[in-house]
Amino acid sequence: MSATAARDIAPAPISAHERPSPLTRSRVRAAWAFVAPTLFVLALIAGWPLARTIWFSLTDANLNNLSDYAFIGFENYLVHDNGEWLGLLVDPEWWRSVWNTVWFTLVSVSIETVLGIVVALMLNAAFPGRGIMRAIILIPWAIPTVVSAKMWNWMLHDQFGVINDMLLRLGLIASPIIWTANPDTALWAVVMVDVWKATPFMALLILAALQMLPQDIYEAARVDGIHPVRVFFRVTLPLIRPALLVAVIFRALDALRVFDLIYVLTANSRDTMSMSAYARQQLVDFQEVGFGSAASTLIFLIIALLVVITIVVGRVRLSEDAQ
Amino acid sequence: MADVALKGVQKSFGSTKVIHGVDLEIRDGEFVVFVGPSGCGKSTLLRLIAGLEGITAGELCIDCERVNDLPPAKRGIAMVFQSYALYPHMNVYDNMAFGLELAKASKAEIDRRVRETARLLQIDALLDRKPRQLSGGQRQRVAIGRAIVREPKVFLFDEPLSNLDAALRVQTRIEIAKLHSDMKATMIYVTHDQVEAMTLADRIVVLNAGRIEQVGTPLELYHHPANLFVARFIGSPQMNLIQAEVTQTSPEGVQVRLPNGSTVITAVTSECIQRGESVTLGIRPDHVTVGRTGIVTGRIVLVEELGENHLLYTDTDDGTRLTARAPGDAKYEIGDAISLEFSGKFCHLFKSSGEALAPSQI
Repeated sequence: MSATAARDIAPAPISAHERPSPLTRSRVRAAWAFVAPTLFVLALIAGWPLARTIWFSLTDANLNNLSDYAFIGFENYLVHDNGEWLGLLVDPEWWRSVWNTVWFTLVSVSIETVLGIVVALMLNAAFPGRGIMRAIILIPWAIPTVVSAKMWNWMLHDQFGVINDMLLRLGLIASPIIWTANPDTALWAVVMVDVWKATPFMALLILAALQMLPQDIYEAARVDGIHPVRVFFRVTLPLIRPALLVAVIFRALDALRVFDLIYVLTANSRDTMSMSAYARQQLVDFQEVGFGSAASTLIFLIIALLVVITIVVGRVRLSEDAQ
Repeated sequence: MADVALKGVQKSFGSTKVIHGVDLEIRDGEFVVFVGPSGCGKSTLLRLIAGLEGITAGELCIDCERVNDLPPAKRGIAMVFQSYALYPHMNVYDNMAFGLELAKASKAEIDRRVRETARLLQIDALLDRKPRQLSGGQRQRVAIGRAIVREPKVFLFDEPLSNLDAALRVQTRIEIAKLHSDMKATMIYVTHDQVEAMTLADRIVVLNAGRIEQVGTPLELYHHPANLFVARFIGSPQMNLIQAEVTQTSPEGVQVRLPNGSTVITAVTSECIQRGESVTLGIRPDHVTVGRTGIVTGRIVLVEELGENHLLYTDTDDGTRLTARAPGDAKYEIGDAISLEFSGKFCHLFKSSGEALAPSQI
């Protein structure tokens, strides 16, 4: 999105031999004057911590004494020592947390996208009480994650949880399930709570896109007798795809950074540990600032890579449409 | 191709009644234009025929079949929308073919129909373009093409030209007229532009506040408006209207006295009018001429120079606004004193109820 905006406000390209007119130069100056405060703040709150993290990842810093550290190059990432490879890149715990995070992101964002579309389509239809419904549906999103995670923690509790109670009464399970501790169900439990929480956000973004759609084409489709399901797949879905892509990127970024939900629901369980939880464990629990910073840097690179891929793929497909 | 019949058709939105019982017979192959001011219900009436809105009461028949409860797709109609309603992400070909894909037509048949229609409308070079790469006129052609490929019994046009610029509007108007004469299809066309109505229609339906004011050929409406509303609505510039009083009735006509005291004998039947009754006299600007010893005198307040002739807007001495059409070579200026005259045989008389008096038979 920001790339598009930048392209829109950028002055027309000027050929080398042509001097920009005084008007163009004053507009460029004004543009820089407006952008400079943002750049400054960004450099301060994003650039500096990022640079520091990357720097620490190349050191053996420890939380005990942050002023005393030595530059060790890429040893936190990978080092050959006494005939075996050590470092983050060969740590199975790390790769397990990467896999957990990617799996969690793929599954939860997919479910949220499908459910979000369904909910948005429902809210887009005219029915009495629609305004109230729109407000109600946002409640899960409005609750702080820690609170909703704690709430679900109780609902999923193996002895006192309402979910086990209901399933037992319905006869669907024979004995209570330890949802958040059982390796088979723990990550699914996390996905379920995330879906519960984030679907309203998806639905809201998609609803906004749906409401931008021209109504006349739907009347044209009705006159032409095209089946509503076909209209959805051939007309609605292609038209909301750009907005859908933005929503998916937003959610995927959130999901890739997931920490609080998993931390509250399943503590430091290895079965559900995410990349962020891994980095936090190294940084805080083990006080390995250098190693934790290396993990954080890798998280940054992985997320950046995935976003770039998504945007490039999205733009290629969008520009196909434009032809 | 089919005829369309409306019998006592009514439409309410909640408790608001917008169509108050419309009776209308549209013959097979006829070009009928619904015309009226904004909010008169003309678009609603068209949407009722299309099936985009449900009919509250009454009966709608297309091709002698009652279609009240049929969905739009089963009524054998095709509609062209004011906003074109093209699918923005599909190219011209797909826009035209999309509605056919379910209509039990084979791929080859669809292809043939789309290309043939595109040739007819001269958009065959644009088939790969997206709507946003087209001009307004081209989009309108695609929208019309999309209607044609469906080979409907009845074409419905909802203000199809109102988003085009003036020159293109005239050109497209001519093309629609030609299309109608080539296809011999039944067409129902909604517009608020009386010039479009006059030039395109076999018959015009003038609507006002959900009721039909008059149905007739363009010239019937122009020469014999049934009431004040139609008289005001049809014709540009508007018909001049002067308050008058009946002073004498005779088989030849009705004599009325104008506010300034002069009298005119109008060629209308005196059967349902009495002396002393107050009436409205209507005279078209084309029939008002500048004379030496005119019926009314006044001062020019505005001159519109159109080239081939001038429109003179005049305030008469008694305060009535009169418009006259004068030759384009005449020199007039604002503030000039002027004397206007007109012949009684071109005058219309409207009773205080708004109803027009029929022309006398002489």
